[in-house]
Amino acid sequence: MRMFMFFRRTTKEILRDPANMAFGLGFPLVILLLLSAIQAGIPVSLFEIEKLTPGISVFGLSFMTLFSATLISKDRSSSFLQRLYTTPLTASDYILGYTLPLLPIAIMQSIICYVVAFFLGLSVTTNVFYAILSVIPTAVFFIALGLLCGTVFNDKQVGGICGALLTNLAAWLSGTWFDLDLIGGLFKRIAYALPFVHAVTLQRAVLQGDFTNISPHILWVLGYAGLTVAVSIITFTQKMKIN
Amino acid sequence: MDAIVTSNLTKKYKDVTAVDKLNLSVHAGEVFSLLGVNGAGKTTTIKMLSCLTRPTGGDAMLNGKSIIREAQAIKSIIGVSPQETAVASNLTVKENLELMAGIYGFSQKKMKEKTSELIAQFDLQGIINKKAGKLSGGWQRRLSIAMALITEPKILFLDEPTLGLDVLVRSELWNIIRSLKGKTTIILTTHYLEEAELLSDRIAIMKNGKLLCVGTADEIKLQAGVDRFEDAFVKLVTKGIS
Repeated sequence: MRMFMFFRRTTKEILRDPANMAFGLGFPLVILLLLSAIQAGIPVSLFEIEKLTPGISVFGLSFMTLFSATLISKDRSSSFLQRLYTTPLTASDYILGYTLPLLPIAIMQSIICYVVAFFLGLSVTTNVFYAILSVIPTAVFFIALGLLCGTVFNDKQVGGICGALLTNLAAWLSGTWFDLDLIGGLFKRIAYALPFVHAVTLQRAVLQGDFTNISPHILWVLGYAGLTVAVSIITFTQKMKIN
Repeated sequence: MDAIVTSNLTKKYKDVTAVDKLNLSVHAGEVFSLLGVNGAGKTTTIKMLSCLTRPTGGDAMLNGKSIIREAQAIKSIIGVSPQETAVASNLTVKENLELMAGIYGFSQKKMKEKTSELIAQFDLQGIINKKAGKLSGGWQRRLSIAMALITEPKILFLDEPTLGLDVLVRSELWNIIRSLKGKTTIILTTHYLEEAELLSDRIAIMKNGKLLCVGTADEIKLQAGVDRFEDAFVKLVTKGIS
């Protein structure tokens, strides 16, 4: 009951913020439409919808970090979290209450992204269903990262780090806008050491029904998700005790 | 019966001792004010008593339960209205009240009853469906205090509850605090000395983390040898107890 009340509160806070809707849903869709329009006007295959949709889906998920971190850091700076710390809510109530509502929001965001892609020429196949399911580990990574950033940074820092830096990293190092092989070298090595390109490649493979090639990408994403979940939980509970 | 008993309660931050071996008792049902200039240790004391900060020494018992060993049990019997208004900005007034009731495990029926009761008590009818973040500072503070009261706490901590409120709202809040006397133990911190004198059964004055004196307003005036409570406070804080 306690956790459910907090879950409902988090859901309402996020969904009622018009900036969240604009950036989390509107922005990725605008880019999807824009890049598809560019593709239609050029003779080379740069932004094919089959490759672009998974990339935009992962890019959209990076906003989950911003939503989660902004809410937590605002709760900290407004003393709302301090008030809640004096209630019977436990550490697990906070962690689940802050993170679980974002999972259905993330899945819904990917569904909308794919539905729009259908209108732009993406084939309707059962693989789309599996591709949407394959966003779950990536979503968990971004949501847990939000818990971590919201616990550590204030709301102004969150805006810069999660709103500007992370979304750009997730975009440029994901192999969505350009083939990483074109640049190669250190840039490519850094990109492949981070989870973003693996998350996109995993989703592309699933969408194409190429299930044999989802490894090692799924392992990279699961590894990052597991590590981020562990670090965020430890950091949040430690910070709660120090408070 | 004592609702709060502290024994050598201490909080140190590196080299700074914010609260130094505090020994005091608060009787059940009384309004007890903690006074002191900035940095006296009032807010740190409230933070320790409300289980927000762990003491570095000593202990305190709230209704017989230790703040160190039984923090979770204590959290179910206390209510806190922090110095800053602490409300969920995108929730409506009604939803904020229901959130607090739900966190304390109230049934749907009791949640609705208590929400209606607090809405009437704090005169919130006209704004129940407004988002808390859109309210003025005064209304937010009123809501913040209502949120602390909805859970029927046995011990209520009010940290600067009337800061920034206009005269009328302050007067209404004083009436609410008076109406709780005997039913709820209230720990009040305030910089308004007339507020402490008017509302409190007993008052404690702190300085540099230590308890300077404790008693009724009349006892404190007598101790300082002056007629006005404000003069007594100034004299005791600047010159100490002779």
